[in-house]
Amino acid sequence: MATEHRSPRLAPLRSGLSFLVDPIKYLTDLPTVLFDQTFAALSSYRTLKTDNQNLREQQLINQTRLLKFAALEQENIRLRALLENSFKLGEQVLIAELLSMTMAPYEHIVVVNKGTRFGVHQQQPVLDANGVVGQVFRALPLTSEIMLITDPNHALPVQVNRNGLLTIAVGSGQVNKLVLPFLPSNADIKAGDLLITSGLGGTFPKGYPVAVVDEFTTQPNKAFVTITATPKAQLDRNRELMIVWSNSEPVPLTGHPTTPAQGASHANPQ
Amino acid sequence: MQTHNNVGFLRILGTLVVAMCLRIVPWQGEWAMLNPDWVLLVLIYWSLALPERVGIFHAWGFGLLTDVLTGRLLGQYALAYALVIYLCLKLHKRLRQFPLPQQGLFIFFCLLLSQLLLFFIKNLQHPAQLHATFWLSVFTGTACWPLVYGLLRFVRLSRRL
Repeated sequence: MATEHRSPRLAPLRSGLSFLVDPIKYLTDLPTVLFDQTFAALSSYRTLKTDNQNLREQQLINQTRLLKFAALEQENIRLRALLENSFKLGEQVLIAELLSMTMAPYEHIVVVNKGTRFGVHQQQPVLDANGVVGQVFRALPLTSEIMLITDPNHALPVQVNRNGLLTIAVGSGQVNKLVLPFLPSNADIKAGDLLITSGLGGTFPKGYPVAVVDEFTTQPNKAFVTITATPKAQLDRNRELMIVWSNSEPVPLTGHPTTPAQGASHANPQ
Repeated sequence: MQTHNNVGFLRILGTLVVAMCLRIVPWQGEWAMLNPDWVLLVLIYWSLALPERVGIFHAWGFGLLTDVLTGRLLGQYALAYALVIYLCLKLHKRLRQFPLPQQGLFIFFCLLLSQLLLFFIKNLQHPAQLHATFWLSVFTGTACWPLVYGLLRFVRLSRRL
């Protein structure tokens, strides 16, 4: 046990044993999958039609936004080239599906159905459509365990989107709450501020939305304010998550960037 | 209660797989604290009913699998289960004579012992701030014992019917 705690030497043993155990996880997930499928099969034509309509509209809106995004990205690259500043660009995502199970009730760790066979490795950031979900805590061959940002043992470097104030968001153990400790009472932060990942620490890429700051009151007699924030990601509702690979190839700085923007490509990394 | 040697190993394995499924079945939010340690309950039953079939080694092995299943430190469930099953094997002759309430008391202490060990190991890794509800699963486990006992007895004897 001490070996396991201190070093990664027993990791192969764990992944070996996980081949025996992972079928049990899939078996436990089976009722949920069956229920979902029957529900989908039984949902009426009308619901499907409205869903389709909504998705089409959403798609249109997103595409128009992306049109502008490409131009902005090029501009950003040019500006950075002027500053002679290289930065990481381009991320690939892999969509993984949640397996419905509880590992340990006092921890916020979920299991998804993609593992090292798909190239998932430890400490990869995990997102959903709205924001950061967590990071890969342990990658097994067939499944991987993901620690949510609300886990009490999880902390994440963030910055306030409005003014770039750097801080840390620590999990609170409640599914809809993050805690921002050690902010002085005169810090420039307001309720409703959007927190985004700051990219410090290297695990999470810069600029993904994390949470929105809740209402809080400053107490004049305390050095620090206790500020909480609500995560943007729907941690307890979504079944589809995205595991992100940050492509480490820096964009060439001189002149016109020849490679087209590869950001947000929905490609399988293999 | 008399032992039957003809109970297949597959049958025991089947009940343990079901127990492992129940162990990780999703519960809504805080209610997950109430989920008892099904694997240990099933192991205790088989070690009492068929002590020549299910021994400390099996307990250790399934403990290790439970560790992988629930993403714990490798070996903590293995240690807890092996210790509890050792006690059960030592006392199985006496325990079989007990009426169900008295057996329940013993099961309560077994589950408590296992939970205590897990608590100590967790504290050794890093001082954990565990909620008091951590101990609730011991009580629900004891409450579930008659159910487990009845079902597994049915499984064990159904082949003879």
